[in-house]
Amino acid sequence: MSWLTRPCTETQITHGARLWLYALAILIMVFLVVPTLIVIPMSFSDSQYLEFPPRHWSMRWYEAYFNSVAWMQATATSFKCAFATVLVATPLGTLAAYGLSLSRMRLARLAFVMLITPLIVPIILIGIGVFYAYVKLKLINTLLGIVLAHSMLALPLVLMVVASALKSYDASQEMVARSLGASRFRAFISVTLPQIRFAVITGAALAFLTSFDEVIVAMFVSGGDNSTLTRNMFNALRDQIDPTIAAISTIMILVTSTLLALSQLFGKSRPG
Amino acid sequence: MRRERPNERGLRRDAVRERFTLLGLASPALLLVCVTMAVPVAWLFWLSFFSDTGSLSLENYRRLIEQPSYARIFATTFEISLMTTAICIMLGYPLAYFLSQLPRRAANLCMIAVLLPLWTSLLVRTYAWLVLLQRGGLINKWGMALGLWEKPLALVYNFNGTLVGMVHIMLPFLVLPVYGTMRSIDRDYLRAAANLGASATRAFWQVFFPLSLPGLSAGALIVFILCLGFYVTPAVLGGGKVIMVSNSIATNIELFFNWGASSALGVVLLVLTLLILYGASRIVRFERIFGGGHGS
Repeated sequence: MSWLTRPCTETQITHGARLWLYALAILIMVFLVVPTLIVIPMSFSDSQYLEFPPRHWSMRWYEAYFNSVAWMQATATSFKCAFATVLVATPLGTLAAYGLSLSRMRLARLAFVMLITPLIVPIILIGIGVFYAYVKLKLINTLLGIVLAHSMLALPLVLMVVASALKSYDASQEMVARSLGASRFRAFISVTLPQIRFAVITGAALAFLTSFDEVIVAMFVSGGDNSTLTRNMFNALRDQIDPTIAAISTIMILVTSTLLALSQLFGKSRPG
Repeated sequence: MRRERPNERGLRRDAVRERFTLLGLASPALLLVCVTMAVPVAWLFWLSFFSDTGSLSLENYRRLIEQPSYARIFATTFEISLMTTAICIMLGYPLAYFLSQLPRRAANLCMIAVLLPLWTSLLVRTYAWLVLLQRGGLINKWGMALGLWEKPLALVYNFNGTLVGMVHIMLPFLVLPVYGTMRSIDRDYLRAAANLGASATRAFWQVFFPLSLPGLSAGALIVFILCLGFYVTPAVLGGGKVIMVSNSIATNIELFFNWGASSALGVVLLVLTLLILYGASRIVRFERIFGGGHGS
């Protein structure tokens, strides 16, 4: 086995001497992936209990999900929330990233820190704070309320992704466009935006997932007709482990991986 | 004497106006964060200084110190966060090292294993662990089939179950910054070390490891800070036995409507988080954690 005795690092360690590292790394990757995907085969089980591998296959848990008015309504709410969050957080975050990156003021640095605080403040504190504020503002159980809260949570992610793309962007290009007579808006749309579009798309995908997967704020401020999918799932998990949850989980994994694949696909077209 | 060019003042005024216009573009975002986060959290801060009877007092904070149950909650929170961070380092560092040694293409492929869980809903993954670890779950079935243990073990609804779930959720947050730092290490340093007679082990510990430390400390810090605020995983996998600060805050609101006590707990949690971040900011560069502000 010549492969085993071939040196593979700058310090002449052979592949053979490193087999332990390869084995360990593969085990850790299995640890990461298997629990993420294990619910998929389980959701096609015929049994009342969650078993693996399933003895009989069936779609009954998917039927249970699609025939349930409550689950369907929650799913619709989650999608509506996630799309609305993308529509609010992506422009606001991109605008802020653009302004703060180009304005070389101390104040801009401060504003940047202020805008990423939602990542640092414990989410439960945000949850009860928003709950308290929404009771006063009469926004409890409304779509608008949950969208605003989710947009705030997604803002820092859009901001960070777009700001880091703008780091490698030469702002004088936009100056050229403006000196040739383009308005600031036109210059941004036709010169700057095409160059940072990959970051904006990634930011939008992150905003979608932030809203779609969010549990804690939704738990406090969504309810009734406007309760989200994750909120209902979380409540169901505290009571019993129903295989319907496995079917819903599978659908959520599908949504996530589609989104991931799409954003990777658009990533390929990045210039340079 | 320096003479001002005729339009210099005008240019300067334009530059200042330009800067303020640009800063103004952030105002809608700032407004949103103020209304949905800053003001509500400040409000809670205010509420935490009112006792149950509505008078201004430090009673809520006194209770946090005097009642041993709260000390236990904070101890649990720190214990589980520290253990999660430690295990993530032990698993994440070797994995990041392995990935950094692979050719780019292979590394990107293996990276899916790290990114897939990161992108999958936390709730879904917590549920998956519940399914795997329960009494009749896969781990127990296989363990007994292999003869490792006789009776089903209580793997979930306790501290260990919560720990396993949290490690799984936090591991990608450690691997990503460590991997990024390792990729940027110049391999010529290792070649030089070997050339000067260092053994492979010595070259690793004296050259590679110190150079990877910025990524490791940034990753460990993110993991620890995020762990402190965990709610969903202990609530589901802890089965009511693992009560972290966040769980206690939620219970105080949901069951007792005790805004004062919840707010005080939240304020203490926030202050602790900020203190840790402040302490760490003297060691770790923040740009590394949050992806960096602007170029200037």
